[in-house]
Amino acid sequence: MATFLGINLFGLFGQLLVGLINGSFYALLSLGLAIIFGLLKIINFAQGAMYMLGAFFAWMALQYMGINYWAALIFVPLAVGAIGILMERFLLRPIANEDHLYSLLLTFGLALILQGAFTHMFGSSGMSYAIPEELKGGNRLPFMYLPNYRAWIIIASLAVCVATWYMIEKTKLGAYLRAGTENPQLMQAFGINVPLIVTLTFGFGVGLAGFAGVMAAPVYSVSPDMGSNMLIVVFAIVVIGGMGSIGGAILTGLGMGVVEGLTKYFYPEASTTVIFAVMVIVLLTKPAGLFGKEA
Amino acid sequence: MQINKTAVALIGLGLVAPFVLYPVFLMKVLCFALFACAFNLLLGFVGLLSFGHAAFLGTGGYITGYMMLHVGLTPELGILCGTIAAGLLGAVYGKLAVKREGIYFAMVTLALAQLVFFLYLQAPFTGGEDGMQGIPRGNLFGFIDLNNNMYMYYFVFAIFLFGFWLVNRTIHSPFGQILKAIRENEPRAVSLGYNVNDYKWAAFVISAALAGLAGSTKTLVFQLASLTDAHWHMSGEVVLMTLLGGMGTIFGPIVGAASVVAIQNYLSGGELGNYIHIIMGLIFVVCVLAFRNGIVGEIQKVIKRNFGN
Repeated sequence: MATFLGINLFGLFGQLLVGLINGSFYALLSLGLAIIFGLLKIINFAQGAMYMLGAFFAWMALQYMGINYWAALIFVPLAVGAIGILMERFLLRPIANEDHLYSLLLTFGLALILQGAFTHMFGSSGMSYAIPEELKGGNRLPFMYLPNYRAWIIIASLAVCVATWYMIEKTKLGAYLRAGTENPQLMQAFGINVPLIVTLTFGFGVGLAGFAGVMAAPVYSVSPDMGSNMLIVVFAIVVIGGMGSIGGAILTGLGMGVVEGLTKYFYPEASTTVIFAVMVIVLLTKPAGLFGKEA
Repeated sequence: MQINKTAVALIGLGLVAPFVLYPVFLMKVLCFALFACAFNLLLGFVGLLSFGHAAFLGTGGYITGYMMLHVGLTPELGILCGTIAAGLLGAVYGKLAVKREGIYFAMVTLALAQLVFFLYLQAPFTGGEDGMQGIPRGNLFGFIDLNNNMYMYYFVFAIFLFGFWLVNRTIHSPFGQILKAIRENEPRAVSLGYNVNDYKWAAFVISAALAGLAGSTKTLVFQLASLTDAHWHMSGEVVLMTLLGGMGTIFGPIVGAASVVAIQNYLSGGELGNYIHIIMGLIFVVCVLAFRNGIVGEIQKVIKRNFGN
């Protein structure tokens, strides 16, 4: 067994990999939250439910319609995004001028409904989703065994995160988005359809959660409460990173996944609480968050 | 004047209620009403949405349970310990949470409460998933046997009245006026020289301690302390109670708590029991979209329109 300074490297790299995978999901979810927050100034409490919805849609598509993983990877995020668009247009927009706490409570209610409905339909035990044929198996690296699907999660999530970052920071569409974050009235005055951009942004942010859900289906069990447990951790991550920066959300998500993985190896008892502990430390030392802009 | 009349009517109602309705149900309502009043002090009068109040309810319950079960304290001391423990936790969490505002405040409190939840899940003294069971109600002041549901009811009612009085005393004190000023216009309160974060923190500690008092009392009533009380679902429920009853109103949380507990009791007996979370979620959505003043808020509006000057 490979050891270094008394550390079992197989175990360490194994947990590091698990951490990176969790971190990929954290990054996708907190990225979605940050994009939505930027333009709408609200926190989507249903983001976890949308992640759960993504996983369930993938499972149902395979089970009932025989739609395979690769097709689901394309159309499930679109379907979840479409649900988000309907949600924004018909539920959130009517109360957009009220205190933002109301929209938070509304999305919380929606999350309860979705989670309750899926628990009612499928029970709380959870389903399994087979890893697609093309990504079965794995490679033996010097210090660890790397299953192909897990490598794929990290690569694909990173690619989506980087593409989103590029789109927001470097393209014209992204410039509209950033302008809308700074001053929506002025942008409207320039003849840009701000409500449409808001709706599409919400759909995109929610779609990212749906994408994360499809990715997660083969590695986690598909269950109604998979989203809520994840979301609370993501909230802590958002507090740690601050929602001011897109790149910050991605980096914090991945970083916290790794921190969690390392904790699982060195002190497993604290693995569920370490991210919250980091949040406390950040609040004490840098209250605005690592990448936060507000004073 | 109006508040005093309504309060007197409610006290009268509370005194005769156990002769009409099942006392254990009433005690459950009172515990949650106190919990919601404590929560409303923050949300309704300081404008702070805490999504982690279950942590204080749960802490009050566990500490009281431990004191009754393993230390053998009398009920009033057990409840006092639970309340103090929740207040101390609130002092620590409040210090952290008031560093952030608005939506971040909600996320920080939710995350901190989840930290507490995981600690209770793992700590040996809580009994983990099974919870702490068979907690004795004991003898109040050493000689009143609380196993009698009627004695227990009036004890709970007295605790509730104390909590309700304290919340009102806070709201109507000069301190409470400053809290409302912070809610209405925080920058102005700052410019007037108030140390806003200290005031928010003090309100948070009072609210947390009273939530702990509710949890301690609930543990004694049901002789059980479990993870349910510390779960984020519970934090959501108290938000719903306050929203449904009318946030920022004096009696709203009581009405909201009674409604939610009654709905839950009614549903859990029938075949709609499986739909309980869906129905709670629907009430949330309907309240936010069409009913933001809550039951008491709407009633007050009607009274003002028809009988006001």
